[in-house]
Amino acid sequence: MLRYTLRRVLQAIFVMLSVGFISFSMFTFVGDPILHMIGTEGTAADREALRNALGLNDPLIVQYVSFLGKMLTGDFGISYRLSMPVSDLIVERLPATLELAACAIALSIIIGIPLGIFTAIRRKSWVSQGILMGSLVGVSLPTFVIGMFLILIFSVNLGWLPAFGRGETAMVGNWSTGFLTTSGLRSLILPSIMLAFFQTTLIIRLVRAEMLEVLEQEYIRFARARGLSDRVIWFGEALKNTLVPVMTIVGLQMGSVIAFSIITETVFQWPGLGLLFIQAVENADIPVLATYLVLVSAFFVGLNLLVDLLYYLVDPRLRGGQGAPK
Amino acid sequence: MSALLEIRNLSATFATRRGIVSALSNIDLSLAPGEILALVGESGAGKSLASSCINGLLPRNCRISEGEVLLEGQRIDNLSNKQMEKIRGAQIGTIFQDPLTSLNPLYTVCQQITRTLRAHRYISDADAQKRALELLEEVGIPGAAQRLHAYPHEFSGGMRQRVVIAMALALRPKLIIADEPTTALDVSIQAQILELLRRLSKDHGASVILVTHDMGVVAETADRVAVLYAGRIAETGPVADVLLRPAHPYTQGLLGSIPSMERKLARLPQIPGSMPGLTAIPQGCAFNPRCPRTADVCRQVRPEAHLAGARRVFCHFAEELAS
Repeated sequence: MLRYTLRRVLQAIFVMLSVGFISFSMFTFVGDPILHMIGTEGTAADREALRNALGLNDPLIVQYVSFLGKMLTGDFGISYRLSMPVSDLIVERLPATLELAACAIALSIIIGIPLGIFTAIRRKSWVSQGILMGSLVGVSLPTFVIGMFLILIFSVNLGWLPAFGRGETAMVGNWSTGFLTTSGLRSLILPSIMLAFFQTTLIIRLVRAEMLEVLEQEYIRFARARGLSDRVIWFGEALKNTLVPVMTIVGLQMGSVIAFSIITETVFQWPGLGLLFIQAVENADIPVLATYLVLVSAFFVGLNLLVDLLYYLVDPRLRGGQGAPK
Repeated sequence: MSALLEIRNLSATFATRRGIVSALSNIDLSLAPGEILALVGESGAGKSLASSCINGLLPRNCRISEGEVLLEGQRIDNLSNKQMEKIRGAQIGTIFQDPLTSLNPLYTVCQQITRTLRAHRYISDADAQKRALELLEEVGIPGAAQRLHAYPHEFSGGMRQRVVIAMALALRPKLIIADEPTTALDVSIQAQILELLRRLSKDHGASVILVTHDMGVVAETADRVAVLYAGRIAETGPVADVLLRPAHPYTQGLLGSIPSMERKLARLPQIPGSMPGLTAIPQGCAFNPRCPRTADVCRQVRPEAHLAGARRVFCHFAEELAS
């Protein structure tokens, strides 16, 4: 267990160092930051002075190390556009994105797994065929189109739900949450559905495919030969085997939900990281872009690590021979 | 003594893209209590399919088209899946070929045995565990108490097949179907597993249908044998008769192609040609294109059963060949 964990953690650290390097090099290669700060009016001497003050004349490796050091202490620099510490911006925006992503993931799991199981065990029913057809739409239709339809139907035509924003939020410590107010909860519904749509269809198809494969296994046949009922075979014997690979994919997809949220946040003007990122791209706000890159990678790497460790807990074969003499 | 299992005129068909194909044709077999019957034949002869007709675990595109299967005088071939669930495991135990894939990798041996027990009777957790332990001890797992909560991958192949047998026999079924139970195992383990199977069937008074292609296994284990060829029975009878004095030309060819220590031959005899596919079974006797004794009648008329001693032989020349 220890070796397995250690290896995974080392890999994660290596990946983060690489990502750190890429985001660091954005500063050096994407335009001259000094020009951004002083503008074209400053003299060459001014620029040189600032360059020295900011340590930009140090060797690259020294700059990289000090960049990493700052990142680790939560100092992500200052936004060119807003002249605010990037860390403050992140703290302000992160809760919105995380709450949206959490709702979307929960929604896609709660809907996707049961529907996936249903379509696998009732393969020929009309309902299953319908669900699969619907999921094809979900896979192929761009998510922003779905978002716009949702707004058109539920906000514009029916007027039931807000079309943009987070509604009212309550502060719990530093965390601004939309879970505690009705308008916050109502605002979450449409963006969550839009963000969950693709994931749900993905999970349905994945669970179905895995379940069908598991049901063809010899141990399922042997279970039938022992007189186990369909219900026990589906939910007792097959389900756990089905969910092991599904867990991996869903875990990894969580990272892309956060990344995908850029589109959803744009459509719904959701004041989260994605919207911050889009605005930063428009203004070449390098510190924000670099921080976003590092942060999203950190999510991905963290989730990856978590999934690997979960795998270890679920699958006894990975745990090696230690279970035998108990 | 009335038969435990009777198969009467059983035929089965596959629905394929090229239409309905006959896979088993007019099989008659009966099995006395406590008897071990071997079904032998080449791959594709229909021996596994015949056993699937008994426990109702047919492939999705296959169905019984004719005939009946009776267990203790009750028809079981026309029961619903729900009714068969009660019979499978409780009255018919099945052991499959590969112990590596027969066990669910994510559950302990104990969980899988108790689940089997619970499928058929109300039993408390403690009792189910106690019973699971007894079963593992019965099949000769060393240190069964320590290994009760181990996962399948922690057992060797032979031990896993013992676990499979313990599970298949958990409810003391009167009929055991063993579908190539030793094919996937080391030769050194094979004899142990067969011995275990024979001992348990004797202890429980259970009958066994042993599906195999290994004549050595047949000779060692079975009381009676049925030789299948292209979905039909070629010859059935007591093991000693069939193996020592085969009457059907196919059985003769099959036995002649087994290497022997006594006969030193430069080259093993073999049956010319190969078994026909299900779509190309010839008219008359299915074996006629490969048979050394073939005559006009073989190409036109499908042979009936001819009694030769205690044997039934499906050949026009059975009397002549048997003497």
